[in-house]
This record gives sequence, C-alpha cells and structure tokens, in this order.
Amino acid sequence: MVLNKALTLALGAGLLSGCAMLEPKPRPAPAVHVNEDPYPSTYVRYPGVLTVIRHATVFDGDGRRIDDGTVVFADGVIQAIGGPDLASPAGALEIDGTGKWVTPGIIDIHSHLGDYPSPGVSSLSDGNEATSPVRPEVWAEHSVWPQDPGFSRALANGGVTTLQVLPGSANLFGGRSVVLKNVPARTTQGMKFPGAPYGLKMACGENPKRVYGSKGNMPQTRMGNIAVARATWIKAQAYKRKWDKYYRNGGDMPERDLAMDTLKGVLEGKILVQNHCYRADEMAQMIDMSKEFGYHITAFHHAVEAYKIADLLRENDICAVMWADWYGFKMESYDAVKENIPLVQNAGACAMVHSDDPNGIQRLNQEVAKALADGRRAGINISDEVAWEWLSRNPAKALGILDKTGTLSPGKMADVVLWNGNPYSDYTRPERVWIDGALMYDMNDPKRRPVSDFELGQPGEGDTK
Amino acid sequence: MIRGLAALLLAAAAPLSAQTFVISGGTVALGDGSEPIPNGQVVIRDGKVVAAGNIRMKLPAGTQVIDATGKWVTPGIVAGFSRLGLAEVDLTASEEDGGGSSDTSGAADDTTSNGLFNAAIDVVPAINPRDTTIAVNRADGVTRALVAPSIGRNIFAGQGAVIDTGADMDAITAARKFQFVELGETGAEKAGGSRAAAYALFRNALREAGQLRRNAGPLSASGAGNASETDRPLIRDPNESRVYEARRNDDVVLTRYDAAALVPVVQGRQYLLVHVERASDILNVIGLKREFPALKIVLVGASEGWTVADRIARAGIPVIASAVNDLPASFEQIAATQSNVGRMRSAGVNVSIGMIDDSDTRNLFMERQYAGNLVALQRVPGATGVSWGEALAMITSRPAQAIGMGGEIGSLAAGRKADVVIWSGDPLEGSSAAEQVFIDGVRQPLDDHQSRLLERYRYLPRRDLPEAYRH
Repeated sequence: MVLNKALTLALGAGLLSGCAMLEPKPRPAPAVHVNEDPYPSTYVRYPGVLTVIRHATVFDGDGRRIDDGTVVFADGVIQAIGGPDLASPAGALEIDGTGKWVTPGIIDIHSHLGDYPSPGVSSLSDGNEATSPVRPEVWAEHSVWPQDPGFSRALANGGVTTLQVLPGSANLFGGRSVVLKNVPARTTQGMKFPGAPYGLKMACGENPKRVYGSKGNMPQTRMGNIAVARATWIKAQAYKRKWDKYYRNGGDMPERDLAMDTLKGVLEGKILVQNHCYRADEMAQMIDMSKEFGYHITAFHHAVEAYKIADLLRENDICAVMWADWYGFKMESYDAVKENIPLVQNAGACAMVHSDDPNGIQRLNQEVAKALADGRRAGINISDEVAWEWLSRNPAKALGILDKTGTLSPGKMADVVLWNGNPYSDYTRPERVWIDGALMYDMNDPKRRPVSDFELGQPGEGDTK
Repeated sequence: MIRGLAALLLAAAAPLSAQTFVISGGTVALGDGSEPIPNGQVVIRDGKVVAAGNIRMKLPAGTQVIDATGKWVTPGIVAGFSRLGLAEVDLTASEEDGGGSSDTSGAADDTTSNGLFNAAIDVVPAINPRDTTIAVNRADGVTRALVAPSIGRNIFAGQGAVIDTGADMDAITAARKFQFVELGETGAEKAGGSRAAAYALFRNALREAGQLRRNAGPLSASGAGNASETDRPLIRDPNESRVYEARRNDDVVLTRYDAAALVPVVQGRQYLLVHVERASDILNVIGLKREFPALKIVLVGASEGWTVADRIARAGIPVIASAVNDLPASFEQIAATQSNVGRMRSAGVNVSIGMIDDSDTRNLFMERQYAGNLVALQRVPGATGVSWGEALAMITSRPAQAIGMGGEIGSLAAGRKADVVIWSGDPLEGSSAAEQVFIDGVRQPLDDHQSRLLERYRYLPRRDLPEAYRH
C-alpha cells in the first residue's frame, strides 16, 4: 500500500515537472522498506496434550476467581475455563487440582537473565554498553546467553513463563529490550516471544549521571540527564522526518542510523518505552519530556515513589513496575513504602511487580503476597484474584502482548501454572508449568526439569534447585 | 486487647525494671526447633523470659496480661550474618560494571577499602543505632543481628558484634564477638590473586599473633592487680591488653595492632567466622581447625556445603548459610541448591540462616520468608527441606548458638533476654506482620521513615496545604 501510494505520487510529480522542461526529470526510485525484524523469532511451541485441570482454585488473571474451577487447554491455547460443571472433552488428560491453585504463568517485565547471567563473571557480563549515555542502537537479544541457568530457576521455582530482558541502566538510552518465552533453546531467537513489540530501555536519575559524571563526561547531573535526552530526541525527530519523506516520495534512501532507528520506532509507537525511574519528581519530568517529543511512556520501572504520584500515572496511562519492599540500596530508593503496589492500584493506575534479580524472579508470587497484606493493613482491600493482575495481566499489557497471554481467556496461549497450594504462601511451589500448552516443568518428574549446557557434568547437575 | 495498655505505653521508652507481664493465648513457638504450641503463654520479668509454652503459672495479682489470642508469639528474629546499622544508604555503584564510583556520601560505613588496618578493626563505632535500616527491621520483628565488617585490603575484615535493634542508643549486645575472614574467591583476590596466597597470609597472621601472645608472658605478670581504678582500661579490648607491647620479629607482615587483634582468635577466646562457598574451600577450613585446634570456627556461606556435609558435621563446625541460594552465581557456588540447608541439617550440622551477599545492610526481614521457603521444600520430591520448628530456630536460636550466645538470646527458654514478637499470623509467611516487638522486655515503637511516608501519601487529593504540612 505504502509503496503504491509513493509510486503514484512520484509519477504525478514527474508529469508536472515535465511541462516546464525539455527532458522529463528522472523518476525517483520507489522507497524500499527496511526490514524491521532482521532477527526474527524462531520459537515454535512444543507439543502438548489435551489437558483438563479440575477442582482447583483458579485465578484467571483478569481479576476473577473460580473455586472448584476447571481449566481446559489444547493445541497450545486455553480452550475453556469454568466451574465444576464444565465438561471434559473426550480423551483429555485429567489432573485433579484439589487443594491446588491454577494461575496464568508469571510474567517478569524486568529481568537481566541472559545478559547478566550466572556465573556472574565479567566475560558474561553483557548488560550495559556503558560507553556512551546514548546507546539506543544496542539490542539486549544480542547479549542474551540462552544457557543462563537462571532461566530454569525462574521456571521451576518461580512459575515464570514470559520475561522481558532489558539492557542495564547505565545509559539514558540503554537499548532495545527483548521479550522471551521461558523455554530453553540453543539460540536466543528460539526463545523470542513471537509478535512481541520491542521495548526501549531508558533511565533517569542516579545511574547515568554517576557512570558518566565520574568519568568527567556529560551527564554529571540530573539536568545533564535531561539535556542529553532532549538533544537526542531532537535528532530522532529529524531522522524520522527524513525517513517519512523518503517513504512518501522515494528517491535516495537516507543513510541508516541504528540508534535513530530505535528512537524512530518509539516516535511511531511501535517500540514501547520502558523507563527506569525511581523518584516521583523525576517521573514527572520524564512525562513532560515524552509530551515534548510526542512519545508515550509505557511503564516506569523501579518506580519506588510511584505512590506519591499515582494520580499522575493514572491520568497519563503509565504503568508502575515495582518491588514489594526493596529500599535504601541507593539514594533514589530511600523513600520506599511497602504499600507502594496496592497504593498505585488503589489510585486506579496500572500496577505490577518485577524482580530485576535472578533470585527475586523465583518468588514474585511471594512478593505480591507481602505487598497485598501490607496494603490490607493500610486499609486497601484488594482481593487475592485481583492482585494476580500484578503478576501476569498488567505486565502483559505493558509488554504489548495482552492479546496473546497474561490471562486464562480462551484462545490465549496456554501459559499456565499449577501450584501445590495457595501461591500467596511461602510454603507453596509450582507443581507443573505449561508454556503454550507444553509441560515444561513437573515437580514430580526429574526429566521435566531443564538443565542448561553450563550445568552438565557439574556437581549438582539435574538436582532440585 | 491489652489490659494495662496505658501503663505499657508510658513505660515503652524506658526499661521496665522489676516488671512482670505475660503474653497469653497466642500460638507460641519457642525458637528451639520445637513445633508451635497453641494457646501458650510467655512470662517476662525484668527483661528476661521466666517461662514460655504450655504453662500456667500463678502470677502476682495485677500482672499485666497482653492478650495474643489469634496471634503468633516467637522470639525475635536473630539475623545470622548481616551488616545492619553500617549503612543508611548502600554504595551507589552496586549495579553497573561500567565503572561507577564508590562514593557513599557518608551514608555507608560497611567497608574499609582504603583503611590501614584489618583484623584490628572493631565494627562497633560504625554502628548507628538510629539508621533507618534498624527501625525498618525492628518493625518487622528482627531484634538482634550479627554484624560483620566487610573486608578492605586484607583477608581479615575485623571484629564483628552482636547488636539489638532497640529504639535507643545502646545497640551493642556483645562487642568483638567474632573475627571475620574471607578465604574463598574474595579472599583469594584480596590476598593477591590466589587461594594459596590467602592461606599463606592466614597462617602467617596466626603465627604472628601466636608469637605476640607468647612473648607477652602470662597475664598474671601484667601487674594489672596493682593498677588503680584510673589505670584500668575503659574497654576490655584484646587490642588494649599488654599483648600489644610484646616483642615481635622484625620481618612481620601484619601491623602490631592487627596481630594483637588475632591473639584471642588463636586462643579460641573469640569466634572466627570464615566465609567460603566452594566444597574444597570448606574442606580447607576444616583442615585449619586441625592445624589450629583452638580456633572456634563458624563457616559463613557454604553454598556447596551439602556435598561435604558429613565432614562438616564430624568437625563440629556450625554453618551460617544463605537460605535459598540456588544459582551458580560464581564458580565457587556451582552446586548451589535451596536444599543445601536441609541437607546439611540432615547430616547433623548446626545450620542457621544469614544474609550473605544478600542486601545484608537492610533486608534482614527477608529471613523469615526464606525460612518459610525451606519448609516448602519438604513437599518437593528430591529436595530436602526443614520442619517449621527447625526453620524458625534457624533464624532465632541457631545463629545465637553458633557464636556461643544461645544461653542469652534467640529462644523463649527461661533466663533468655526477653526479645519477643507478637505476629499477626504465622511468622514464616511474608504476609504476616509484627504487631508488637519487645527487646529486653521493652516494648518497641514500630513507626519508621516508611510508615510516616505512608501516612503522608495514603490519600493524594490536594488539600489546603502541601503534603509537607502533613506530619
């Protein structure tokens, strides 16, 4: 469509100019579209069987709870969800979920698995291209080591089925994120979530100014942070205008700039801004900057002070990505409160939990349990089933994949966890985890427990971890 | 709820001298490894536990009774290994390998990377009882903590203390309770690049300390008996003994002050906490115990301990471990598993839980969640968990026992310091909260920076004055 339109315009322009000249001006070459997906997902779901879980307590991820619930999935997708009356299709594998819970798989929107893997040696430390505060040209997927043993821990101990791996926060523009299915693969492409949009990691606050300021470079201050970011957006706008013109008129293709490609994607709304930002006042500055240059911030990550501006986040349709109780590890995390997540939810804004940590990713359900209880003690009464939105629905929304996963709605990917008890208890563990309907972890079957290449032949290979 | 509430609140800021009170009706767990006791009692007098459990004592008329019906009552949490009170705000260079500065803006005292001394360092002056970290953990039921300095330029970090988290300026329960040394990967790096160098440094340090000790002569010859009151040292500090003046060789590596600090370690009068993770490092440390039999060694970390658990048990060395460390985060933790604690325990090792390299300055409240996770492992085939009672003991009495303080803190046995927490529910569930916290029998305030922020921002709509006027 775009090509045809450009051609027509080009032809029209040629005819017009032809009237005034002896020789018709050569027709501009039609615009050629740049491949926006040069490292495409090669993920293919693994086979599953027609499965029915009965008599379980179900949190559907959309805020609903079904006691004595039934969940049916086949062909990689949720087929039906309901109460005890829901019939089992013929030939289904039936699982008795009595005393157990079924939820959508947990989605961690903020992880560095693969780009800061275990073992944490410098040879494998690939999360921060800390060579310039502006590095939107780097893509996290090019750093991800699929053999990071952390992926398997997140699956087996954490019930995590999808995660976003981000570049670090040394830079104002850290690079592109990648969304992964938590399914082991030989290549990172083999883990990429099909159809998930890219994210752009941005950072405000202490990290960029410290990393560059300590080297005597800009930015050295928060005002330096914003100045560098604004100057970069001005370039990105000019770059986008150049390409818009090219796609409209054809002619000589402008020189490509990988960094600007990413920012152009943000300005076009194709790439989601995942903005590391702790302090309330700084989030407000970032919101104004987004309006100045015409892009939308999808989510503030590590939003420790989100509770101070939850109304502002609601009005601007920005999600807050939070910890339950981390505090004080740096100055900008000093004003943490343990009720942050429920306060944001209570204000009508989009709230969710995240780990940013290879250990924390293994117990995000417990982190929600703490935040939920802290909120209730402060008089914020949020139900268990609504709180599950912090673990799957809202992260799916902020990753642009809510149409595919994040809730147990029929037709969505069968990313499902069967817990051996109430997942808001410290005594509960994932019993089985399915991704796209394929059983990827079974607590009772040592063969359904991924072991990374790194762990083979090492002490503890294949152990319960 | 509380009879005599007003009196209790009035007295909350000062020690309740000669006061008896009883916490009654709650589910009481003693912290000694036993399972919880429904409808139990805890009797407290003069800041000490008199009795606890399934008891019915005849109490003096007018004894204050705190009704804990529907609640859980346990000893306060004892953080097995921490840096509590050493950093208001941590190092800001934590996240990036991209070369951040280690500027702490005066807010952290937990390491001495440019200091001249090592073993001689006594962590006590670095502890600030008013750190918000102490208040935050007190509000979550942590009442005592083992506090270790971090190493600077040597394998020896210095002498750690046991503190309480009370809202007063007297935080120190036991000063210079242990020396802390790194003998794994970190120790190797500090010793010049290899474990072999670290062991040479360690052995030499102990020999230098031994020489000082021998040359100092018997303590009875010190003449201290004739000293007047003003000549006596203010602090009973091994560094200030006459050992410090003893003759020593010229070709020494340690400063005199550092060597003197290691004398009580060599004598077995001061515990030696040794951080190692790798199985071979653990066996090396067990070997040191044979070489220096007087050493009172406690292993810290020991992620691969389960693979040599029998040998740790035979050596009788206690372990303060990370509870749920299950990643091969380094090449010395390849065999890490959440079952490490349970397996060592099953082999007969005295195991407790600490916050090794895990937000050790501030997130000590995570220990009870971790303890609950160890209970969960009992239902995972192939894993080894621990019972509920043992899990609680690992965050209360076991760390105290590891450094010989089991008779003073960490359980509700008679005579222990009355560090008692009344919880809204099962304390090994992160969703439960500490509702009342007593330290030495004194009820503690539970408000902190965070609770004040919550009050200020609980409701956002604009009012007649800015938020700054809400206090």
